[in-house]
Amino acid sequence: MNPGAETVLELRDVKTHFPIYQGFLLKRQVGAVKAVDGVTLSVRQGEVLGLVGESGCGKSTLARTILQLVPTTGGTVVLNGKNLGTCSRAELLASRRDLQMVFQDPYASLNPRMTVFATLAEPLLAHRLCRRSEVRARVDELMNLVGLAPRFAAKYPHEFSGGQRQRIAIARALALRPKVIVADEPVSALDVSIQAQILNLLSHLCRQMNLSLIFIAHDLSVVKHISDRIAVMYLGKIVELGAAEDVIDRPAHPYTRALVSAIPVPNPEIERHRKRIMLPGDPPSPINPPAGCAFHPRCPYAREICQTAVPPLIAAGPGRQAACVRLDAVAADPVPTSP
Amino acid sequence: MPLLAVQDLRTYFHTRSGVYRAVDGVNFSVERGETLGIVGESGSGKSVTCYSIMGLVPQPPGRIESGSAVFDGTDLLRCPAREARAIRGKRVAMIFQDPMTSLNPYLRISEQVMEPLLIHERISRKAALARALAMLEAVGINDAAKRIHYYPHQFSGGMRQRVMIAMALITRPELLIADEPTTALDVTVQAQILDLIRQLQRELGMAVIFITHDLGVVSGLCDRVQVMYAGRIVETAATSTLFRAPRHPYTRALQQSIPALQPKGAELFTIPGMPPDLSKPIAGCAFAPRCGFVVDRCRTTVPGLIEAAPGQADACLRAQAGEL
Repeated sequence: MNPGAETVLELRDVKTHFPIYQGFLLKRQVGAVKAVDGVTLSVRQGEVLGLVGESGCGKSTLARTILQLVPTTGGTVVLNGKNLGTCSRAELLASRRDLQMVFQDPYASLNPRMTVFATLAEPLLAHRLCRRSEVRARVDELMNLVGLAPRFAAKYPHEFSGGQRQRIAIARALALRPKVIVADEPVSALDVSIQAQILNLLSHLCRQMNLSLIFIAHDLSVVKHISDRIAVMYLGKIVELGAAEDVIDRPAHPYTRALVSAIPVPNPEIERHRKRIMLPGDPPSPINPPAGCAFHPRCPYAREICQTAVPPLIAAGPGRQAACVRLDAVAADPVPTSP
Repeated sequence: MPLLAVQDLRTYFHTRSGVYRAVDGVNFSVERGETLGIVGESGSGKSVTCYSIMGLVPQPPGRIESGSAVFDGTDLLRCPAREARAIRGKRVAMIFQDPMTSLNPYLRISEQVMEPLLIHERISRKAALARALAMLEAVGINDAAKRIHYYPHQFSGGMRQRVMIAMALITRPELLIADEPTTALDVTVQAQILDLIRQLQRELGMAVIFITHDLGVVSGLCDRVQVMYAGRIVETAATSTLFRAPRHPYTRALQQSIPALQPKGAELFTIPGMPPDLSKPIAGCAFAPRCGFVVDRCRTTVPGLIEAAPGQADACLRAQAGEL
């Protein structure tokens, strides 16, 4: 990625809350699941941004919010200078061409009744990107791009393995020549050897087409491998953001540290002697998040102030930010061995 | 004598589209107190191996074609059902991957944790409840006295996995089979559960068979590892040996394709192709079509699992000939 590249996607204080209703006839809102609660991020052209966090932290909701698949509660999503929340339907439709998604489960995200050809031709025709006579050639080109032989175009999804299906899903996302792809756990349903193939394909495509990629995963070693920058989420908020090596090898936020130390390292000599930061309990519910810093009930560094004041995302070194008031105390402790 | 000795186990599934050789001639043993890891990708037969031992293979379509699984002198595959039932669930226990579906949603946690005791031991309900409570406390459930009367949906994923572990360990088994018990959990919760299994193993002195696809989990937990591919064991070794000096090309390839073991940004090593279709007979080595070291004889001769050094065995003709 070129550091001077321009910003293609910008999120400003994005909030996505899901209301909770109670009562049958007289429904009234009794609360909200704050799935995404004030996320500010920018993605440059050609950049791979990794988004990590445990289940329920809001990473998938953030992906869906970026694509305007769920209504935003607050904040703005700006793609190429256009605010997706306020633009007209026609403009939104046109913007969708630049913003595509790859889903986690390739067994569920492809229509079982559509052949590969039909799956890949549909976006081309829906967006009137090419004439019917040219569709065949474009589909062949897409299949070659993701490493599938065009002779398989007449086959149905069930005839392919998981890895091949994920290739089809990637080809479908690429059909409209988007600027940004959001990939929500694209490799977590795949076996290790197949996972490596898909990771290679994604990073190759990003470089070749100067694509921006938002790569969501819970596997930190995978995210570190593919990303330029990493954002760590906890309970709807970004708690740390920075260059991939910095975040994983020298984590600043206590949550990132615990996350890094929890990942088993595939090397018995290191793994047996490694110190682990054990977090007590489970991540709290986003319906009723703890006051102050949402991480404080599980945080080994928590002080009284953490229970009341929400820590802002502040600078923690060049090009990185962390949302913690005790960064100095955390930095004084040795860093955990990273995977 | 090993605690469990599995010999020539073959479990086939007879389906309309053919006979799937899910487990095809597996030999291994587990010593008392030992932790054995079984590693492999989906479809390698690692789960079916353990389901066969536990009598959990649906028959039909599954059928155990041959083999024995001798647990402390009793062949679990051939002995009368009554004898097998006295062992399974008491002396050999199992925990499963998905804590969301492996608890009965209609029964209180207390009923489910007590059940193995009520079945296997002559014990009053009151005494069983007291032991269930103690067990829940041992697996780290806070406020267990109150929560023992909850239903599964009132627990989080990590807590349900703890309940599963409590159920499995309440009869103080000598062997615990854990089938990917942490795959469905978040990493911070996974760390807690692995720690718990390690601690309880030390306290009870039980042997553990740990099935996983994550080489990271194996490296921290297991004394010995066996790698499975297409229904067969391709390599077995002490954990440190397997990571330091893998012999089989598949084991090497598996290690090389993990992002954590490669420099950042580099092209990841990939294994070309896909695992074989187990419904078709495989001539020679099952890994041959994807192997970078393949020679002609690999395609015709089935390699046996042969000991290369004490405690290390591999099923690769070329490694056995010292050519790799």
